[in-house]
Amino acid sequence: MKRLLLLLTFFATTQVAFSQNRSLPKVDLKTMDNTSTSTAAFDNDGKPIVISFWATWCKPCVKELNTIAEEYEDWVEETGVKIIAVSIDDSRNMSKVKPKVNAEMWEYEIYCDPNRDFARAMGVSSVPHTFLLNADKEIIWQHKGYVDGDEIELYEKIEELVE
Amino acid sequence: MLKKLFLISLTISPLFFFGQEQDWGEVHGDFNFSGQTYTEDPSINAAKVDEFFLANAYSNLRFSKGNFTAGIRYESYLNALQDFDTRFNGNGIPYRFAQYTVNGLDVTVGNFYDQLGNGLIFRSYEEKNLGIDNAMDGVRLKYSPVAGMFLKGFVGTQRFFFEQGPGIIRGVDAELNFKGLFSFLSESKTNLILGGSFVSRFQQDEEPAYELPENVSAYATRTTISRGKVTFNSEYAYKINDPKGGSSGSNFAPGNALVSSLSFSQKGLGIILEGHRVDNMDFRSDRSATGKELTLSFIPALTKQHVYTLAAFYPFATQPDGELGFQGEVNYTFKKKSSLGGKYGTRLTVNYSRVNALNGGSSVLNGITEENHTPMFFSVKNETLFFSDFNVEFKKKLSKKVKFTLNYVDMIYNKDVIQGKNYGKDIHARIGIIDLTYKLKPKHSIRTELQYLSADKSEAYDQDQGDWMMALIEYTISPNWFFAVADQYNGGYADQEAIHYFNVNCGYTKGANRFEFGYGKKREGIFCVGGVCKQVPSSNGLTLTVTSSF
Repeated sequence: MKRLLLLLTFFATTQVAFSQNRSLPKVDLKTMDNTSTSTAAFDNDGKPIVISFWATWCKPCVKELNTIAEEYEDWVEETGVKIIAVSIDDSRNMSKVKPKVNAEMWEYEIYCDPNRDFARAMGVSSVPHTFLLNADKEIIWQHKGYVDGDEIELYEKIEELVE
Repeated sequence: MLKKLFLISLTISPLFFFGQEQDWGEVHGDFNFSGQTYTEDPSINAAKVDEFFLANAYSNLRFSKGNFTAGIRYESYLNALQDFDTRFNGNGIPYRFAQYTVNGLDVTVGNFYDQLGNGLIFRSYEEKNLGIDNAMDGVRLKYSPVAGMFLKGFVGTQRFFFEQGPGIIRGVDAELNFKGLFSFLSESKTNLILGGSFVSRFQQDEEPAYELPENVSAYATRTTISRGKVTFNSEYAYKINDPKGGSSGSNFAPGNALVSSLSFSQKGLGIILEGHRVDNMDFRSDRSATGKELTLSFIPALTKQHVYTLAAFYPFATQPDGELGFQGEVNYTFKKKSSLGGKYGTRLTVNYSRVNALNGGSSVLNGITEENHTPMFFSVKNETLFFSDFNVEFKKKLSKKVKFTLNYVDMIYNKDVIQGKNYGKDIHARIGIIDLTYKLKPKHSIRTELQYLSADKSEAYDQDQGDWMMALIEYTISPNWFFAVADQYNGGYADQEAIHYFNVNCGYTKGANRFEFGYGKKREGIFCVGGVCKQVPSSNGLTLTVTSSF
């Protein structure tokens, strides 16, 4: 009886865990130098990945990425996290992405989503919008918008993942 | 009892088992609601709205399993918000698609969005806040036969509110990426990408007076050359004659566009130079469509996209009939511990853009006022100025608690050309902005914006609505709350009375859900608060926005 109950709980819990899974959609993207690639190439050797949607003209986005940049070295050292910043700039500003990223001295992996295919697949209607992925590249947390201090919650979530 | 339980578990457990063993796929989506009450307010030209309350909403639902994805979007306009076209009316499912990928072939049936190259001859996209959605409905194939080669083809019609436009659009595109194609280049610092696209529209000629071409084609070629710190990107497009017909549309001239950008960047420095020349390139899936509707060509403005309210007061829009524009921008970071860099580094951005008419006007004049007019390729001096904008941004973090941004903008805006008015004079505006953030506690911040727009009142310029000032105070509590109070004030101009555009906003964000309330008078323009920017109309009332995704 005990064993049965145990089994039942096991199945029930795994079932719940499974239904929360959200895998990363496979969508075509561009690099900053216009090379076609895909989200299937996202990888961080089983460590957490943060995907942050941004745009060159979006003040809160740039603020978020600048704030994290100040602590990024520590974040990587302590959790192994990788930040992937996906610009939704269309052809009006897409060629400004590379100079902007370099001038800001961001060490993130950068991609461009000029026609918002990836943003659409992720349900992103405005920027910034940040997602956290676990070791299996499943989306386990997300946050819309950015106000000062939001990076604290994000880092707590990353720490929870690696613990 | 035990037996019973065992039996039950036997019947149930296979269900659980299947739940794991068999991948049932995933369903995800998002939801977006904006509603507003409208109070008549003649002082700001806010018209009476019979419904009192208007609301837009949509929800995307996507199902995916392995290499298969299908999705729908339900849209509801009951009735559409005032800044939206009233042809967005009622409820419907204007977007549904199914897509799968097998061995490098990507098949889409139903609705899709796509862009060929920079979009000069084809871009199908959505910009929900602006009421733009020109999704295609048809079939699309994408195929990558070998690494570094990408082929694309599609046939479809274009969305027109809850209907489809009359034109049938056919398009193909090919792209070669030399680094991907040739393995010996994979370690090289240099890369070359070549692309070409062809788009054709079929639309019946129902015009008795003219013999209009029923098949109108356009092609474009593009290249990206990158080597380490330098990237060059260029695209040239050509469109055959596409007369609109009717009384004013006997222009049988072809159109063309050239857009180029060159950038150099290294750690702490980014420089970009861009230029474009556009002549008679208004290409649509209905030859007689106007406004934002049924556009195929996408030629964005070559100017800085301002976000501060008063800097965005006079935004430029590309004149697809003809213009010549340039833009340059330098981004520089003064290193930490240097004299200007201070403890945290200082960032400086200088941007300049200038757009003028083509020499003697564009090819659109063909057959309208002149028999054969082809503007010369390059001419800046003595041409009608459409827009110019010089702006500087200085961003500095003083301490762990204080950071600020200073902005100065000096722009000239040709209202007659951009808004189709007849003032005879340009507007010259100088705008100064201070944005200061003070961190009270790690998760509590107070931010204030002070902005001033000064209109040039000399004889040479039209002073339009005179001077404007704006103040905003925002209090944020991470990660959930924001509260903001803002006022825009126009000290009065001509015979107009001085008006305060006062409004309050507050928002609550929890993970993927966001609720936002606002109340007050709003002037048309881009409004950014609490971390999100959007376009708002002139109105007086209460707003509610809910966004969510799962």
